[in-house]
Amino acid sequence: MATTTGHHSPAPGAAPYPRMILAQTALETRMLLRHGEQLLLTVIIPTLLLVLFSTVDLIDTGPGERVDFLTPGVLALAVLSTAFTGQAIATGYERRYGVLKRLGVSPLPRWALLLGKTGAVLVTLVLQTVLLVAVALALGWSPRGNPLAVVGLMLLGTAALSGLGLLMAGTLRAEATLAAANLLFVLLVLFGGVVVPLEEYPGALRTVLELLPVPALAEGLREVLREGGWPALRDVAVLAGWSAAGLGLAARFFRWE
Amino acid sequence: MRSAGDQPAVEAVGLVKRYGERIAVDGLDLTVPAHSVTAVLGPNGAGKTTTIEACEGYRRVDAGRLRVLGLDPAVDGEKLRSRIGVMLQEGGVYPGARAGEMLRHMASLYAHPLDVDALGERLGLGSCGRTPYRRLSGGQRQRLALAMAVVGRPELVFLDEPTAGLDPQARQAAWELVRELRADGVTVVLSTHLMDEAEELADRVAILDGGRVIADGTPAELCRGGAGDVLRFAGRPGLDLASLRAALPADSEVSEPTPGSYRITGDVGPRLLATVTAWCAQHGVLADRITTRRHTLEDVFLELTGRELR
Repeated sequence: MATTTGHHSPAPGAAPYPRMILAQTALETRMLLRHGEQLLLTVIIPTLLLVLFSTVDLIDTGPGERVDFLTPGVLALAVLSTAFTGQAIATGYERRYGVLKRLGVSPLPRWALLLGKTGAVLVTLVLQTVLLVAVALALGWSPRGNPLAVVGLMLLGTAALSGLGLLMAGTLRAEATLAAANLLFVLLVLFGGVVVPLEEYPGALRTVLELLPVPALAEGLREVLREGGWPALRDVAVLAGWSAAGLGLAARFFRWE
Repeated sequence: MRSAGDQPAVEAVGLVKRYGERIAVDGLDLTVPAHSVTAVLGPNGAGKTTTIEACEGYRRVDAGRLRVLGLDPAVDGEKLRSRIGVMLQEGGVYPGARAGEMLRHMASLYAHPLDVDALGERLGLGSCGRTPYRRLSGGQRQRLALAMAVVGRPELVFLDEPTAGLDPQARQAAWELVRELRADGVTVVLSTHLMDEAEELADRVAILDGGRVIADGTPAELCRGGAGDVLRFAGRPGLDLASLRAALPADSEVSEPTPGSYRITGDVGPRLLATVTAWCAQHGVLADRITTRRHTLEDVFLELTGRELR
């Protein structure tokens, strides 16, 4: 190795914030999409559920086309898979492997790291939504309602589920986060009002389920996309409440290593 | 305000850091001169990592005064972190990221980074740029971490055990990089428990134990005293010890612990060795199995703490 003096002569300085945030978003997005397991959760399972339950009469989804019932639920599931499950698992392992610590001593401020993570979740979510909407339209879906209400609900759902995902990743061990995030994903596929209408469940259970973020998001989206109306105030309030609680607790208890 | 030239890179006075009941750093004083290599030496739990993390602004100390590049890390952490480079002892890379991808990302966080490809090539990472981090060998991971520490062209670099687990060749390459950094005016603080690493690289050594600096100075200053210096050789039994003794400098001692095996203590250096072999030549003695052992930082540490270093 030849010695080249002057090579390392100091020229310190941070990159401009926009460049750092863009770079962080791009890297986080690649990390989120690179895992096979992750694609199973974000792409394959939601698509399969949509295709399977739309074309085969397995569950009574109430009056109207089955795809009109299923698509809003599957969109809610997409938010769950990326904002909660995917983000929690990835962040849990980043914490475990010292990635957060390493970035914590780089010029990237913590808020910019979180912006990068949020950016990655949103990019992934856009890709999922485009794919699922295309599949649903091919299956004969006829969406109604105000698109802005849909976007607003999905963003609120993203905030609620991101907060909970980060809370989990920042407080539990990586393995515990992995197990719990996957378990909750499966439970919410079954009980989250995604493929099975909440009306199918007994009253007490239903009351509890309606207070959870995924059922509230699914119901809210259904109210807009299937009925052409506006989401119920209660569903919006549930999502806002979880957002405040999740993000607030994550900000308070998140540990970087 | 003093100019950047004479300002120490790190000034710590009376640092204290507690984790619950345990005191990790207990009134630590440390000064790192600018444009030098300082080795922070000590056994596990001596407070090396905590001290370095405080300097990086990653951890807040409970008491004491700390200035790094003239800044208070607890207040001006963000400003400070754009001027320093950090190598963690392990990890720090997205498990799914490729080596080149991670280095490129780190480069994108700085205003004037080094050329990533050239840096990777120099550190022998050229062939594994597309390899995912989890498939890199231990040595490749270390070199990646080192590259990540210097890619932003920092003024001050913190290396935590930079050559732990490296093979001899990779270790030489890492040492070479540290020398280049120093030659280019970068201040280097490295923690290590390898004595030869400290002796080889450091202008100054600070020995930590129990959360304090128990000795510091240049390696030569710390090793002065020479109580541990020994020269041994074998020859025919029954040599004239008084005659040999007379040929040597005044502070030397000569003995024959077992027949035919000779032991000389004193200021063991090139001159002493030349004198001994010259005396042997004069007396027709073939000095065999000549070994010298100089007082090392390891001996200093042992004397100061009564313990081995690891």
